[in-house]
Amino acid sequence: MSAHSEAIGRPSGTRRAKDLVFRVAMFVCLGLAIGLLAVLLVDVAVDGAGSLTWDFITSFTSISADQAGIQAALWGTIWLMGVCAVFIVPVGVATAIYLEEYADSTKWWNRLIEVNIQNLAAVPSIVYGILGLAYLVRGPLSLGPVILAGGLTLGLLVLPVVIIAAREAIRAVPPSIREGSMALGATQWQTIWRQVLPAAVPGIATGVILALARAIGETAPLIVVGAATVVAFNPGGLNDFFTALPIQIFDWISRPQTETNDYRPLAAAGILLLMILLVLMNSIAIWLRNRYEQRW
Amino acid sequence: MTEPQDRQQEDAAGLRRPLGVRSDDGAQATAVGGGPQEKRKPHEAVFELHDVQVSYGPKPAVRGVSFDIGKNEITALIGPSGCGKSTLIRCLNRMNDLIPTARVEGKVIYHGQDLYAKEVDAVEVRKRIGMVFQKPNPFPKSIYDNIAFGPRVLGMKGNMDEIVERALNHAALWDEVKDRLKTNAFGMSGGQQQRLCIARCLAVEPDVILMDEPCSALDPISTGKIEDLMMDLKREYSIVIVTHNMQQAARVSDKTAFFTVELDDEEHRSGRVVEFDDTDKIFTNPSDSRTEAYVTGKVG
Repeated sequence: MSAHSEAIGRPSGTRRAKDLVFRVAMFVCLGLAIGLLAVLLVDVAVDGAGSLTWDFITSFTSISADQAGIQAALWGTIWLMGVCAVFIVPVGVATAIYLEEYADSTKWWNRLIEVNIQNLAAVPSIVYGILGLAYLVRGPLSLGPVILAGGLTLGLLVLPVVIIAAREAIRAVPPSIREGSMALGATQWQTIWRQVLPAAVPGIATGVILALARAIGETAPLIVVGAATVVAFNPGGLNDFFTALPIQIFDWISRPQTETNDYRPLAAAGILLLMILLVLMNSIAIWLRNRYEQRW
Repeated sequence: MTEPQDRQQEDAAGLRRPLGVRSDDGAQATAVGGGPQEKRKPHEAVFELHDVQVSYGPKPAVRGVSFDIGKNEITALIGPSGCGKSTLIRCLNRMNDLIPTARVEGKVIYHGQDLYAKEVDAVEVRKRIGMVFQKPNPFPKSIYDNIAFGPRVLGMKGNMDEIVERALNHAALWDEVKDRLKTNAFGMSGGQQQRLCIARCLAVEPDVILMDEPCSALDPISTGKIEDLMMDLKREYSIVIVTHNMQQAARVSDKTAFFTVELDDEEHRSGRVVEFDDTDKIFTNPSDSRTEAYVTGKVG
Protein backbone atom coordinates (compact mmCIF):
# COMPACT_ATOMS: atom_id res chain seq x y z
CA MET A 1 0.00 0.00 0.00
CA SER A 2 2.69 2.45 1.00
CA ALA A 3 4.66 1.62 -2.11
CA HIS A 4 1.57 2.39 -4.18
CA SER A 5 0.90 5.80 -2.65
CA GLU A 6 4.57 6.71 -3.01
CA ALA A 7 4.56 5.78 -6.68
CA ILE A 8 1.58 8.00 -7.50
CA GLY A 9 2.18 10.67 -4.89
CA ARG A 10 -0.48 12.87 -3.33
CA PRO A 11 -1.11 16.57 -3.93
CA SER A 12 0.09 18.67 -1.01
CA GLY A 13 -2.44 20.11 1.43
CA THR A 14 -2.08 23.67 0.13
CA ARG A 15 -2.66 22.61 -3.46
CA ARG A 16 -5.83 20.84 -2.51
CA ALA A 17 -6.97 23.76 -0.39
CA LYS A 18 -6.45 26.20 -3.28
CA ASP A 19 -8.42 23.95 -5.57
CA LEU A 20 -11.29 23.91 -3.09
CA VAL A 21 -11.21 27.69 -2.55
CA PHE A 22 -11.49 28.41 -6.26
CA ARG A 23 -14.29 25.96 -6.73
CA VAL A 24 -16.26 27.54 -3.89
CA ALA A 25 -15.52 31.07 -5.14
CA MET A 26 -16.80 30.28 -8.63
CA PHE A 27 -19.89 28.62 -7.24
CA VAL A 28 -20.63 31.69 -5.12
CA CYS A 29 -20.30 33.98 -8.15
CA LEU A 30 -22.69 31.80 -10.11
CA GLY A 31 -25.11 31.71 -7.19
CA LEU A 32 -25.02 35.49 -6.87
CA ALA A 33 -25.86 36.03 -10.53
CA ILE A 34 -28.67 33.50 -10.63
CA GLY A 35 -29.92 34.48 -7.17
CA LEU A 36 -30.33 38.14 -8.07
CA LEU A 37 -32.22 37.24 -11.23
CA ALA A 38 -34.45 34.87 -9.27
CA VAL A 39 -35.24 37.50 -6.63
CA LEU A 40 -36.15 39.97 -9.36
CA LEU A 41 -38.40 37.51 -11.16
CA VAL A 42 -40.12 36.33 -7.98
CA ASP A 43 -40.72 39.92 -6.90
CA VAL A 44 -42.23 40.81 -10.27
CA ALA A 45 -44.30 37.63 -10.29
CA VAL A 46 -45.69 38.33 -6.81
CA ASP A 47 -46.63 41.88 -7.79
CA GLY A 48 -47.97 41.16 -11.24
CA ALA A 49 -49.37 37.62 -11.32
CA GLY A 50 -52.72 38.78 -9.97
CA SER A 51 -53.10 41.32 -12.76
CA LEU A 52 -52.01 39.09 -15.62
CA THR A 53 -55.47 38.09 -16.77
CA TRP A 54 -57.16 37.67 -20.12
CA ASP A 55 -58.90 41.01 -19.55
CA PHE A 56 -55.48 42.61 -19.06
CA ILE A 57 -54.32 41.29 -22.42
CA THR A 58 -57.51 42.24 -24.27
CA SER A 59 -58.05 45.74 -22.85
CA PHE A 60 -56.58 49.06 -23.84
CA THR A 61 -54.87 51.32 -21.37
CA SER A 62 -57.15 53.54 -19.35
CA ILE A 63 -57.20 56.39 -16.85
CA SER A 64 -58.43 53.97 -14.23
CA ALA A 65 -55.94 51.28 -13.33
CA ASP A 66 -58.44 48.51 -12.75
CA GLN A 67 -59.70 48.79 -16.31
CA ALA A 68 -56.36 49.26 -18.06
CA GLY A 69 -54.89 46.57 -20.27
CA ILE A 70 -51.98 46.05 -22.60
CA GLN A 71 -53.60 45.09 -25.91
CA ALA A 72 -52.37 48.07 -27.92
CA ALA A 73 -48.80 47.62 -26.68
CA LEU A 74 -48.84 43.88 -27.38
CA TRP A 75 -50.02 44.44 -30.95
CA GLY A 76 -47.60 47.34 -31.32
CA THR A 77 -44.73 45.06 -30.32
CA ILE A 78 -45.90 42.33 -32.69
CA TRP A 79 -46.01 44.85 -35.57
CA LEU A 80 -42.60 46.23 -34.65
CA MET A 81 -41.09 42.75 -34.57
CA GLY A 82 -42.66 41.99 -37.94
CA VAL A 83 -41.22 45.10 -39.57
CA CYS A 84 -37.89 44.48 -37.87
CA ALA A 85 -37.73 40.86 -39.10
CA VAL A 86 -38.71 41.76 -42.66
CA PHE A 87 -35.91 44.33 -42.66
CA ILE A 88 -33.10 42.44 -40.92
CA VAL A 89 -33.44 39.03 -42.57
CA PRO A 90 -32.72 40.03 -46.19
CA VAL A 91 -30.31 42.84 -45.37
CA GLY A 92 -28.46 40.90 -42.67
CA VAL A 93 -28.19 37.69 -44.68
CA ALA A 94 -27.14 39.52 -47.85
CA THR A 95 -24.44 41.39 -45.94
CA ALA A 96 -23.21 38.18 -44.37
CA ILE A 97 -23.11 36.45 -47.77
CA TYR A 98 -21.14 39.32 -49.26
CA LEU A 99 -18.62 39.37 -46.43
CA GLU A 100 -18.19 35.60 -46.28
CA GLU A 101 -18.43 34.56 -49.91
CA TYR A 102 -17.48 37.50 -52.09
CA ALA A 103 -15.47 40.06 -50.15
CA ASP A 104 -11.72 39.94 -50.62
CA SER A 105 -10.50 40.51 -47.08
CA THR A 106 -7.18 41.80 -48.32
CA LYS A 107 -8.94 44.96 -49.56
CA TRP A 108 -9.04 47.81 -47.07
CA TRP A 109 -12.69 48.69 -47.60
CA ASN A 110 -13.84 45.19 -46.76
CA ARG A 111 -11.78 45.21 -43.58
CA LEU A 112 -13.27 48.62 -42.77
CA ILE A 113 -16.80 47.26 -43.17
CA GLU A 114 -15.95 44.36 -40.92
CA VAL A 115 -14.50 46.51 -38.14
CA ASN A 116 -17.49 48.82 -38.41
CA ILE A 117 -19.99 46.02 -37.99
CA GLN A 118 -18.19 44.75 -34.90
CA ASN A 119 -18.31 48.27 -33.46
CA LEU A 120 -21.91 48.91 -34.42
CA ALA A 121 -22.96 45.96 -32.30
CA ALA A 122 -21.63 47.85 -29.27
CA VAL A 123 -23.16 51.27 -29.98
CA PRO A 124 -25.67 52.30 -27.26
CA SER A 125 -29.26 51.87 -28.36
CA ILE A 126 -30.14 55.50 -27.69
CA VAL A 127 -27.80 56.48 -30.51
CA TYR A 128 -29.86 54.37 -32.90
CA GLY A 129 -32.92 56.14 -31.56
CA ILE A 130 -31.41 59.50 -32.46
CA LEU A 131 -30.46 58.15 -35.89
CA GLY A 132 -34.03 56.95 -36.39
CA LEU A 133 -35.43 60.27 -35.28
CA ALA A 134 -33.12 62.30 -37.51
CA TYR A 135 -33.34 60.22 -40.69
CA LEU A 136 -36.50 58.12 -40.51
CA VAL A 137 -39.03 60.06 -38.45
CA ARG A 138 -37.90 63.45 -39.70
CA GLY A 139 -35.23 64.39 -42.20
CA PRO A 140 -34.95 62.70 -45.58
CA LEU A 141 -37.63 60.03 -45.09
CA SER A 142 -40.00 61.97 -42.78
CA LEU A 143 -42.05 58.91 -41.96
CA GLY A 144 -43.34 60.37 -38.71
CA PRO A 145 -43.45 58.50 -35.39
CA VAL A 146 -45.08 55.41 -36.89
CA ILE A 147 -44.68 51.62 -36.82
CA LEU A 148 -42.44 51.62 -39.90
CA ALA A 149 -39.99 54.12 -38.39
CA GLY A 150 -39.93 52.28 -35.04
CA GLY A 151 -39.44 48.87 -36.64
CA LEU A 152 -36.67 50.09 -38.91
CA THR A 153 -34.90 51.79 -36.00
CA LEU A 154 -34.98 48.56 -34.01
CA GLY A 155 -33.84 46.76 -37.15
CA LEU A 156 -30.80 49.00 -37.49
CA LEU A 157 -30.06 48.40 -33.84
CA VAL A 158 -29.98 44.60 -34.08
CA LEU A 159 -28.70 44.33 -37.66
CA PRO A 160 -25.07 43.84 -36.56
CA VAL A 161 -26.16 40.96 -34.32
CA VAL A 162 -27.90 39.28 -37.25
CA ILE A 163 -24.95 39.85 -39.57
CA ILE A 164 -22.51 38.35 -37.10
CA ALA A 165 -24.75 35.33 -36.42
CA ALA A 166 -25.39 34.77 -40.13
CA ARG A 167 -21.68 35.01 -40.93
CA GLU A 168 -20.92 32.39 -38.34
CA ALA A 169 -23.62 30.11 -39.72
CA ILE A 170 -22.31 30.55 -43.27
CA ARG A 171 -18.72 30.01 -42.18
CA ALA A 172 -19.72 26.78 -40.45
CA VAL A 173 -20.60 25.26 -43.85
CA PRO A 174 -17.38 23.49 -44.79
CA PRO A 175 -15.48 24.66 -47.91
CA SER A 176 -15.67 21.10 -49.27
CA ILE A 177 -19.42 21.60 -49.87
CA ARG A 178 -18.73 24.70 -51.96
CA GLU A 179 -15.97 22.89 -53.86
CA GLY A 180 -18.19 19.88 -54.49
CA SER A 181 -20.90 22.11 -55.88
CA MET A 182 -18.59 24.27 -58.00
CA ALA A 183 -16.87 21.15 -59.38
CA LEU A 184 -20.22 20.05 -60.82
CA GLY A 185 -20.43 23.23 -62.86
CA ALA A 186 -22.68 25.19 -60.51
CA THR A 187 -22.09 28.93 -60.48
CA GLN A 188 -21.07 30.68 -57.31
CA TRP A 189 -24.58 32.00 -56.82
CA GLN A 190 -26.16 28.56 -57.39
CA THR A 191 -23.71 27.17 -54.87
CA ILE A 192 -24.62 29.81 -52.28
CA TRP A 193 -28.35 29.68 -52.89
CA ARG A 194 -28.77 25.92 -53.12
CA GLN A 195 -26.04 24.55 -50.86
CA VAL A 196 -24.58 27.09 -48.47
CA LEU A 197 -27.74 28.95 -47.44
CA PRO A 198 -29.94 25.88 -46.86
CA ALA A 199 -27.21 24.41 -44.69
CA ALA A 200 -26.87 27.70 -42.80
CA VAL A 201 -30.60 28.36 -42.30
CA PRO A 202 -30.84 26.90 -38.77
CA GLY A 203 -27.97 29.06 -37.57
CA ILE A 204 -29.33 32.15 -39.32
CA ALA A 205 -32.83 31.58 -37.91
CA THR A 206 -31.43 31.19 -34.42
CA GLY A 207 -29.50 34.45 -34.82
CA VAL A 208 -32.56 36.29 -36.10
CA ILE A 209 -34.73 35.13 -33.20
CA LEU A 210 -32.08 36.12 -30.65
CA ALA A 211 -31.78 39.52 -32.35
CA LEU A 212 -35.56 39.99 -32.16
CA ALA A 213 -35.43 38.96 -28.52
CA ARG A 214 -33.02 41.79 -27.96
CA ALA A 215 -35.16 44.25 -29.93
CA ILE A 216 -38.37 43.38 -28.09
CA GLY A 217 -37.10 44.79 -24.82
CA GLU A 218 -35.60 48.00 -26.21
CA THR A 219 -37.20 51.11 -24.78
CA ALA A 220 -34.84 54.03 -25.20
CA PRO A 221 -34.74 54.18 -29.03
CA LEU A 222 -38.53 53.89 -29.23
CA ILE A 223 -38.98 56.78 -26.82
CA VAL A 224 -36.66 58.91 -28.91
CA VAL A 225 -38.36 57.87 -32.13
CA GLY A 226 -41.63 58.98 -30.58
CA ALA A 227 -43.68 55.97 -29.58
CA ALA A 228 -46.89 57.12 -27.96
CA THR A 229 -47.75 56.15 -24.39
CA VAL A 230 -51.52 56.34 -24.38
CA VAL A 231 -52.83 54.48 -27.39
CA ALA A 232 -56.35 53.18 -27.36
CA PHE A 233 -56.31 51.37 -30.67
CA ASN A 234 -54.37 48.59 -32.31
CA PRO A 235 -52.06 49.55 -35.14
CA GLY A 236 -53.64 48.68 -38.44
CA GLY A 237 -50.75 49.41 -40.77
CA LEU A 238 -47.18 50.60 -41.16
CA ASN A 239 -48.17 54.25 -41.00
CA ASP A 240 -50.05 54.07 -37.68
CA PHE A 241 -48.91 55.50 -34.39
CA PHE A 242 -47.99 52.84 -31.91
CA THR A 243 -46.89 51.93 -28.46
CA ALA A 244 -44.92 48.86 -27.36
CA LEU A 245 -44.65 46.63 -24.30
CA PRO A 246 -41.60 48.28 -22.69
CA ILE A 247 -43.02 51.75 -23.42
CA GLN A 248 -46.33 50.85 -21.80
CA ILE A 249 -44.54 49.42 -18.77
CA PHE A 250 -42.43 52.56 -18.51
CA ASP A 251 -45.52 54.75 -18.77
CA TRP A 252 -47.37 52.87 -16.05
CA ILE A 253 -44.43 53.01 -13.65
CA SER A 254 -43.86 56.72 -14.22
CA ARG A 255 -47.48 57.72 -13.55
CA PRO A 256 -48.39 59.16 -10.13
CA GLN A 257 -49.65 56.20 -8.13
CA THR A 258 -52.48 56.53 -5.64
CA GLU A 259 -54.20 54.12 -3.26
CA THR A 260 -57.18 53.81 -5.58
CA ASN A 261 -55.38 54.01 -8.88
CA ASP A 262 -52.19 51.93 -8.60
CA TYR A 263 -50.58 51.08 -11.94
CA ARG A 264 -47.64 49.23 -10.44
CA PRO A 265 -49.24 45.76 -10.52
CA LEU A 266 -50.07 46.41 -14.16
CA ALA A 267 -46.44 47.27 -14.88
CA ALA A 268 -45.38 44.04 -13.18
CA ALA A 269 -47.90 42.09 -15.23
CA GLY A 270 -46.53 43.78 -18.38
CA ILE A 271 -43.02 42.72 -17.40
CA LEU A 272 -44.24 39.16 -16.90
CA LEU A 273 -45.82 39.18 -20.35
CA LEU A 274 -42.58 40.48 -21.86
CA MET A 275 -40.60 37.80 -20.03
CA ILE A 276 -42.95 35.09 -21.25
CA LEU A 277 -42.51 36.29 -24.84
CA LEU A 278 -38.74 36.34 -24.39
CA VAL A 279 -38.59 32.85 -22.94
CA LEU A 280 -40.80 31.64 -25.79
CA MET A 281 -38.53 33.18 -28.43
CA ASN A 282 -35.38 31.84 -26.84
CA SER A 283 -36.93 28.39 -26.54
CA ILE A 284 -37.79 28.42 -30.23
CA ALA A 285 -34.20 29.43 -31.01
CA ILE A 286 -32.79 26.59 -28.92
CA TRP A 287 -35.23 24.10 -30.38
CA LEU A 288 -34.39 25.20 -33.92
CA ARG A 289 -30.70 24.83 -33.25
CA ASN A 290 -30.98 21.39 -31.73
CA ARG A 291 -33.46 20.11 -34.27
CA TYR A 292 -31.94 21.30 -37.54
CA GLU A 293 -28.31 21.98 -36.83
CA GLN A 294 -26.13 20.19 -39.37
CA ARG A 295 -23.24 18.23 -37.90
CA TRP A 296 -20.36 17.93 -40.34
CA MET B 1 3.67 6.01 -83.25
CA THR B 2 2.12 2.58 -83.69
CA GLU B 3 3.82 0.89 -80.79
CA PRO B 4 2.43 3.09 -78.03
CA GLN B 5 -0.97 2.65 -79.58
CA ASP B 6 -0.70 -1.09 -79.42
CA ARG B 7 0.36 -0.77 -75.87
CA GLN B 8 -2.63 1.28 -74.96
CA GLN B 9 -4.99 -1.17 -76.55
CA GLU B 10 -3.33 -3.90 -74.59
CA ASP B 11 -3.85 -1.93 -71.41
CA ALA B 12 -7.43 -1.20 -72.28
CA ALA B 13 -8.00 -4.93 -72.63
CA GLY B 14 -6.96 -5.28 -69.03
CA LEU B 15 -3.59 -6.95 -69.55
CA ARG B 16 -1.97 -5.33 -66.57
CA ARG B 17 1.25 -6.27 -64.86
CA PRO B 18 1.40 -6.34 -61.10
CA LEU B 19 3.84 -4.08 -59.33
CA GLY B 20 7.39 -5.34 -59.39
CA VAL B 21 7.04 -7.62 -62.39
CA ARG B 22 9.48 -6.37 -64.91
CA SER B 23 8.12 -5.52 -68.27
CA ASP B 24 9.59 -7.85 -70.86
CA ASP B 25 9.31 -5.44 -73.75
CA GLY B 26 12.36 -3.38 -72.99
CA ALA B 27 12.68 -2.45 -76.63
CA GLN B 28 9.42 -0.62 -76.51
CA ALA B 29 10.39 1.13 -73.32
CA THR B 30 13.45 2.61 -74.94
CA ALA B 31 11.38 3.59 -77.95
CA VAL B 32 8.99 5.62 -75.87
CA GLY B 33 11.36 6.62 -73.08
CA GLY B 34 14.08 9.17 -73.18
CA GLY B 35 14.65 12.35 -71.23
CA PRO B 36 12.50 13.08 -68.21
CA GLN B 37 10.52 15.81 -69.94
CA GLU B 38 10.30 14.26 -73.38
CA LYS B 39 6.85 14.67 -74.85
CA ARG B 40 5.07 11.98 -76.72
CA LYS B 41 1.69 12.20 -78.35
CA PRO B 42 -0.82 9.73 -76.95
CA HIS B 43 -3.36 8.48 -79.46
CA GLU B 44 -5.55 11.46 -78.60
CA ALA B 45 -4.77 14.06 -76.00
CA VAL B 46 -7.46 15.49 -73.75
CA PHE B 47 -5.05 17.83 -72.06
CA GLU B 48 -1.78 19.17 -73.31
CA LEU B 49 0.25 20.87 -70.61
CA HIS B 50 2.98 23.24 -71.78
CA ASP B 51 5.37 24.51 -69.14
CA VAL B 52 2.57 24.97 -66.60
CA GLN B 53 3.41 26.83 -63.44
CA VAL B 54 1.00 27.43 -60.55
CA SER B 55 1.81 29.98 -57.86
CA TYR B 56 0.19 30.95 -54.60
CA GLY B 57 1.40 34.47 -54.09
CA PRO B 58 4.83 35.30 -55.45
CA LYS B 59 6.40 31.83 -55.32
CA PRO B 60 5.52 28.91 -57.60
CA ALA B 61 4.08 25.81 -55.95
CA VAL B 62 4.70 23.69 -59.03
CA ARG B 63 6.46 24.66 -62.25
CA GLY B 64 7.70 23.46 -65.59
CA VAL B 65 5.00 20.84 -66.06
CA SER B 66 4.69 19.58 -69.63
CA PHE B 67 2.96 16.39 -70.63
CA ASP B 68 -0.14 15.18 -72.40
CA ILE B 69 -3.09 13.44 -70.82
CA GLY B 70 -4.63 10.87 -73.12
CA LYS B 71 -8.27 10.18 -73.88
CA ASN B 72 -9.77 7.12 -72.19
CA GLU B 73 -6.68 6.68 -70.14
CA ILE B 74 -6.02 6.86 -66.44
CA THR B 75 -3.15 9.21 -65.72
CA ALA B 76 -1.68 9.02 -62.22
CA LEU B 77 0.20 11.85 -60.54
CA ILE B 78 2.50 10.55 -57.81
CA GLY B 79 5.20 12.03 -55.64
CA PRO B 80 5.99 13.11 -52.10
CA SER B 81 3.82 15.53 -50.11
CA GLY B 82 4.16 19.15 -51.15
CA CYS B 83 5.26 18.38 -54.68
CA GLY B 84 2.29 20.15 -56.25
CA LYS B 85 0.26 17.19 -57.53
CA SER B 86 -2.97 18.43 -55.99
CA THR B 87 -2.19 21.98 -57.05
CA LEU B 88 -1.71 20.81 -60.62
CA ILE B 89 -4.84 18.66 -60.78
CA ARG B 90 -6.90 21.55 -59.42
CA CYS B 91 -5.77 23.79 -62.23
CA LEU B 92 -7.11 21.30 -64.81
CA ASN B 93 -10.71 22.30 -64.03
CA ARG B 94 -9.87 25.78 -62.79
CA MET B 95 -10.67 24.97 -59.17
CA ASN B 96 -7.64 27.07 -58.29
CA ASP B 97 -9.67 30.08 -59.43
CA LEU B 98 -11.44 29.85 -56.08
CA ILE B 99 -8.19 30.74 -54.32
CA PRO B 100 -7.68 34.47 -54.86
CA THR B 101 -3.87 34.34 -54.74
CA ALA B 102 -3.49 31.41 -57.11
CA ARG B 103 -2.02 32.16 -60.54
CA VAL B 104 -1.54 29.78 -63.45
CA GLU B 105 1.10 30.36 -66.11
CA GLY B 106 2.01 28.33 -69.17
CA LYS B 107 -0.59 26.66 -71.31
CA VAL B 108 -3.26 24.17 -70.33
CA ILE B 109 -4.78 23.03 -73.61
CA TYR B 110 -8.04 21.06 -73.39
CA HIS B 111 -9.09 19.52 -76.71
CA GLY B 112 -7.11 22.20 -78.49
CA GLN B 113 -8.57 25.06 -76.48
CA ASP B 114 -6.62 27.13 -73.96
CA LEU B 115 -8.40 26.61 -70.63
CA TYR B 116 -7.10 29.91 -69.30
CA ALA B 117 -7.96 32.01 -72.32
CA LYS B 118 -9.91 35.16 -71.48
CA GLU B 119 -13.12 34.09 -73.15
CA VAL B 120 -13.27 30.72 -71.38
CA ASP B 121 -15.80 30.57 -68.54
CA ALA B 122 -14.57 28.55 -65.54
CA VAL B 123 -18.10 27.34 -64.83
CA GLU B 124 -18.32 25.85 -68.32
CA VAL B 125 -14.94 24.21 -67.79
CA ARG B 126 -16.12 22.53 -64.59
CA LYS B 127 -19.22 21.18 -66.34
CA ARG B 128 -16.99 19.24 -68.71
CA ILE B 129 -14.27 18.35 -66.23
CA GLY B 130 -15.58 16.84 -63.01
CA MET B 131 -13.71 16.37 -59.78
CA VAL B 132 -13.74 13.93 -56.88
CA PHE B 133 -12.05 15.10 -53.70
CA GLN B 134 -9.84 13.55 -51.08
CA LYS B 135 -12.47 13.47 -48.37
CA PRO B 136 -15.94 12.35 -49.46
CA ASN B 137 -18.01 15.53 -49.52
CA PRO B 138 -21.66 14.58 -50.02
CA PHE B 139 -24.12 17.43 -49.70
CA PRO B 140 -26.26 17.39 -46.55
CA LYS B 141 -29.22 16.15 -48.57
CA SER B 142 -30.78 12.87 -49.61
CA ILE B 143 -28.88 10.44 -51.82
CA TYR B 144 -31.30 11.28 -54.63
CA ASP B 145 -30.82 15.04 -54.26
CA ASN B 146 -27.06 14.65 -54.15
CA ILE B 147 -27.15 13.13 -57.64
CA ALA B 148 -29.91 15.40 -58.94
CA PHE B 149 -28.20 18.62 -57.84
CA GLY B 150 -25.77 18.80 -60.77
CA PRO B 151 -28.29 18.04 -63.54
CA ARG B 152 -30.73 20.51 -61.96
CA VAL B 153 -28.34 23.45 -61.76
CA LEU B 154 -27.15 22.74 -65.28
CA GLY B 155 -30.76 22.59 -66.48
CA MET B 156 -30.30 19.15 -68.02
CA LYS B 157 -33.32 17.78 -69.84
CA GLY B 158 -34.72 14.34 -69.23
CA ASN B 159 -36.40 12.29 -66.54
CA MET B 160 -34.57 13.00 -63.28
CA ASP B 161 -35.37 9.56 -61.83
CA GLU B 162 -33.68 7.98 -64.84
CA ILE B 163 -30.69 10.29 -64.62
CA VAL B 164 -30.24 9.42 -60.94
CA GLU B 165 -30.61 5.69 -61.53
CA ARG B 166 -28.18 5.75 -64.43
CA ALA B 167 -25.54 7.66 -62.46
CA LEU B 168 -25.84 5.35 -59.44
CA ASN B 169 -25.68 2.29 -61.69
CA HIS B 170 -22.64 3.71 -63.37
CA ALA B 171 -20.93 4.12 -60.01
CA ALA B 172 -21.95 0.58 -58.99
CA LEU B 173 -23.96 1.96 -56.12
CA TRP B 174 -27.55 1.45 -57.27
CA ASP B 175 -28.12 -1.96 -55.71
CA GLU B 176 -26.82 -0.78 -52.35
CA VAL B 177 -28.94 2.36 -52.12
CA LYS B 178 -32.01 1.88 -54.35
CA ASP B 179 -34.26 1.33 -51.34
CA ARG B 180 -33.12 4.40 -49.45
CA LEU B 181 -32.73 7.08 -52.09
CA LYS B 182 -34.60 9.59 -49.95
CA THR B 183 -32.42 9.10 -46.86
CA ASN B 184 -29.62 11.48 -45.96
CA ALA B 185 -26.30 10.77 -47.65
CA PHE B 186 -24.50 11.30 -44.34
CA GLY B 187 -25.84 7.91 -43.25
CA MET B 188 -23.73 6.07 -45.82
CA SER B 189 -20.32 4.53 -45.16
CA GLY B 190 -17.23 6.47 -46.21
CA GLY B 191 -16.68 4.25 -49.25
CA GLN B 192 -20.30 4.60 -50.32
CA GLN B 193 -20.11 8.36 -49.85
CA GLN B 194 -17.09 8.51 -52.12
CA ARG B 195 -18.83 6.42 -54.77
CA LEU B 196 -21.84 8.73 -54.38
CA CYS B 197 -19.51 11.65 -55.11
CA ILE B 198 -18.30 9.82 -58.22
CA ALA B 199 -21.91 9.11 -59.25
CA ARG B 200 -22.76 12.77 -58.67
CA CYS B 201 -19.91 13.70 -60.95
CA LEU B 202 -21.04 11.21 -63.63
CA ALA B 203 -24.62 12.53 -63.55
CA VAL B 204 -23.57 15.74 -65.30
CA GLU B 205 -21.92 13.68 -68.07
CA PRO B 206 -18.45 15.14 -67.95
CA ASP B 207 -15.63 14.36 -70.33
CA VAL B 208 -12.83 14.09 -67.78
CA ILE B 209 -12.88 13.07 -64.14
CA LEU B 210 -10.19 14.44 -61.87
CA MET B 211 -9.62 12.50 -58.64
CA ASP B 212 -7.57 14.05 -55.88
CA GLU B 213 -6.50 11.17 -53.62
CA PRO B 214 -9.99 9.66 -53.77
CA CYS B 215 -9.17 6.66 -51.60
CA SER B 216 -6.94 8.16 -48.95
CA ALA B 217 -9.76 8.23 -46.40
CA LEU B 218 -11.07 4.76 -47.26
CA ASP B 219 -10.42 1.19 -46.16
CA PRO B 220 -8.87 -1.34 -48.59
CA ILE B 221 -12.21 -2.92 -49.56
CA SER B 222 -13.77 0.42 -50.47
CA THR B 223 -10.54 1.35 -52.22
CA GLY B 224 -10.73 -1.84 -54.29
CA LYS B 225 -14.30 -1.03 -55.31
CA ILE B 226 -13.32 2.44 -56.44
CA GLU B 227 -10.35 1.10 -58.38
CA ASP B 228 -12.61 -1.42 -60.16
CA LEU B 229 -14.97 1.42 -60.90
CA MET B 230 -12.18 3.51 -62.39
CA MET B 231 -11.21 0.66 -64.70
CA ASP B 232 -14.82 0.51 -65.91
CA LEU B 233 -15.15 4.25 -66.26
CA LYS B 234 -12.12 4.74 -68.43
CA ARG B 235 -13.94 3.20 -71.35
CA GLU B 236 -16.04 6.35 -71.49
CA TYR B 237 -14.08 8.92 -69.56
CA SER B 238 -10.54 10.16 -69.22
CA ILE B 239 -9.34 10.07 -65.63
CA VAL B 240 -6.56 11.90 -63.84
CA ILE B 241 -5.82 10.67 -60.33
CA VAL B 242 -3.53 12.01 -57.64
CA THR B 243 -2.48 9.27 -55.28
CA HIS B 244 -0.02 8.65 -52.49
CA ASN B 245 -0.54 4.97 -52.87
CA MET B 246 1.99 3.72 -55.40
CA GLN B 247 0.42 0.28 -55.65
CA GLN B 248 -2.76 2.06 -56.62
CA ALA B 249 -1.02 4.04 -59.34
CA ALA B 250 0.58 0.84 -60.60
CA ARG B 251 -2.68 -1.10 -60.51
CA VAL B 252 -5.00 1.33 -62.24
CA SER B 253 -3.11 3.86 -64.31
CA ASP B 254 -1.90 3.81 -67.89
CA LYS B 255 0.44 6.78 -67.59
CA THR B 256 2.22 8.07 -64.55
CA ALA B 257 3.80 11.42 -63.82
CA PHE B 258 6.30 11.41 -60.98
CA PHE B 259 6.70 14.75 -59.20
CA THR B 260 9.35 15.78 -56.76
CA VAL B 261 10.06 18.75 -54.53
CA GLU B 262 12.96 21.00 -55.38
CA LEU B 263 14.52 23.76 -53.34
CA ASP B 264 15.54 26.90 -55.19
CA ASP B 265 18.39 29.25 -54.24
CA GLU B 266 16.20 30.94 -51.65
CA GLU B 267 15.18 27.65 -50.05
CA HIS B 268 11.69 27.91 -51.54
CA ARG B 269 10.09 24.54 -52.21
CA SER B 270 8.37 23.95 -55.49
CA GLY B 271 7.23 20.85 -57.33
CA ARG B 272 8.53 19.60 -60.68
CA VAL B 273 7.83 16.66 -62.90
CA VAL B 274 10.75 14.29 -62.90
CA GLU B 275 9.39 11.73 -65.27
CA PHE B 276 6.24 11.09 -67.24
CA ASP B 277 5.78 7.79 -68.98
CA ASP B 278 3.78 4.61 -69.28
CA THR B 279 3.01 3.36 -65.81
CA ASP B 280 4.75 0.05 -66.48
CA LYS B 281 7.92 1.79 -67.39
CA ILE B 282 7.81 4.16 -64.42
CA PHE B 283 7.42 1.25 -62.03
CA THR B 284 9.75 -1.25 -63.68
CA ASN B 285 12.35 0.63 -65.64
CA PRO B 286 12.31 4.33 -64.78
CA SER B 287 14.73 6.58 -66.60
CA ASP B 288 15.49 8.77 -63.63
CA SER B 289 17.20 7.49 -60.49
CA ARG B 290 14.93 9.68 -58.32
CA THR B 291 11.85 7.96 -59.74
CA GLU B 292 13.38 4.60 -59.07
CA ALA B 293 14.24 5.53 -55.49
CA TYR B 294 10.68 6.71 -54.89
CA VAL B 295 8.74 3.89 -56.50
CA THR B 296 10.88 1.25 -54.84
CA GLY B 297 10.31 2.90 -51.48
CA LYS B 298 13.91 3.95 -50.84
CA VAL B 299 12.80 7.52 -50.28
CA GLY B 300 9.47 9.07 -49.91
